[in-house]
Amino acid sequence: MQCQECGKRPATLHYTKIINGEKTEFHLCDSCARDKGEQMPGFDGGFSIHHLLSGLLNMEPSVAEGKPRGQTEAPSVLRCPTCGLTYNQFSKIGRFGCSNCYQAFGERLEPLFRRVHGNTSHRGKVPQRTGGKLKLRREIEQLRGELSKRIQNEEFEEAARLRDHIRSLQEKLQG
Amino acid sequence: MSLRRFTQHALSEWMRGEGPQSDIVISSRVRVARNLSGLPFPMLATSSQSAEVVRKVEEALRQEPVHPILRKAELLRMDDLSDLEKRVLVEKHLISPHLAEESRCGAVVLSANEAVSIMINEEDHIRIQCLFPGFQPFEAWRLANELDDWFENTLSYAFNEKSGFLTSCPTNVGTGIRASVMVHLPALAMTQQRNRLFPAITQVGLAVRGIYGEGSEALGNLYQVSNQVTLGQAEEEIIDKLQSVVRQMIEHEKNARRRLMETTRIPLEDRVHRSLGILGHARVISSKEAMERLSDVRLGVDLGILSAVSANVMNELMVKTQPGFLQQHAQMRLDSDERDIRRATMIREHIHKQD
Ligand SMILES: [Zn+2]
Ligand SMILES: [Zn+2]
Repeated sequence: MQCQECGKRPATLHYTKIINGEKTEFHLCDSCARDKGEQMPGFDGGFSIHHLLSGLLNMEPSVAEGKPRGQTEAPSVLRCPTCGLTYNQFSKIGRFGCSNCYQAFGERLEPLFRRVHGNTSHRGKVPQRTGGKLKLRREIEQLRGELSKRIQNEEFEEAARLRDHIRSLQEKLQG
Repeated sequence: MSLRRFTQHALSEWMRGEGPQSDIVISSRVRVARNLSGLPFPMLATSSQSAEVVRKVEEALRQEPVHPILRKAELLRMDDLSDLEKRVLVEKHLISPHLAEESRCGAVVLSANEAVSIMINEEDHIRIQCLFPGFQPFEAWRLANELDDWFENTLSYAFNEKSGFLTSCPTNVGTGIRASVMVHLPALAMTQQRNRLFPAITQVGLAVRGIYGEGSEALGNLYQVSNQVTLGQAEEEIIDKLQSVVRQMIEHEKNARRRLMETTRIPLEDRVHRSLGILGHARVISSKEAMERLSDVRLGVDLGILSAVSANVMNELMVKTQPGFLQQHAQMRLDSDERDIRRATMIREHIHKQD
């Protein structure tokens, strides 16, 4: 990310300033940060250095009054059916309204995720109880890798054992 | 009242212990963001939905067997706290300014040793935070992970296979993990190497931020290094990368310190002793100057230039000289001029207690 002040050097300092409840994000290079430091007054609102929205979405205070209502907008507006947040509102505030927003906004989110994370799919932890069949599928994937390694090494006995194990897991997945 | 325990003592128990690499790394923190399925995120939740989140967490806390670290944990509601008490919790890094000021039905669960704080109804329903002294990001992750599993026995998280843990902000989605390490880098600052090192760090998907006080600049040469990417990498990979980058920063800082000692020993000693002199004798001191002088003194202790001062003095005074703590200590509201006077007094007392 480039420095938002000079646009020349990479931004090395990122922070959020809150004044009277209004959030502003800063992404500055070292030298612009130093310049800016002299202009800015002291803050009483306190800083939140933990929140960083990478400047990819415009930050504007909106959706202040609870749930947005839809009657006034065209029906083509992309909107989460569960919480009522529109994609437009999301792109202004940079926050989802509920977990179904992810599904509602669907593929529109992929470029955003790619820019923020360089990636679009989860590879980390899966919850034990509510993770669904993902855990099983990951295990099968991993065993398949191991199976082909065994076959390459001509360890057929072990390979056969793995193959049976994979088969039983697949049955579980379908069942 | 039990809250006193959390607001009257400046040092959390975890701060007193000396962690690994504590001459350069102040602390390691891992935060895990989770949301409950079937309820809107805090931004759009109604008060009763937010209250339900608190209720569900309370219920989860009652499950047996309780995780050992939560055995004497307490749940504090933001509405029950005064502004000053909230401010002190913010200054101790136990809650965020957002939870203190803007949350609806905000609450925090604090472990007795303050190593764990679980924020409820912050930007996400639940944020589990584990804070360790020194350089221990993996240990912090391990504990956060255990607590996450323990809560998941009774709570159903918002999760899907493609995007992982669903969070209110797109920058947290996937693992929901933010790992950060607070480092003290005075020698890199003195030798101007910081300007070359930091851009390199941002290029590998990590962020470096200054620790800000009342002003807007990085204070006391303290920086927080944290992961930016939460989607597409496993938790261990994220922590591993952070760890290896910070390890390199530590190496650079150590080399810079060594070089300073070899080439400019007398000016360095002079600077350290002058700063100690000012801290020990000033009658008025701003938080900015205090942090700069404390940074010098801390460097002096780490390099063996000063021996009468404890290395923890900076950790402790960094917290104790902040506005909330000063007012709590004085038992009254103080304007900024009065704070500068109280701050100087507080620091003097600490410095002289040591010799
Ligand atoms: Zn710049
Ligand atoms: Zn929604």
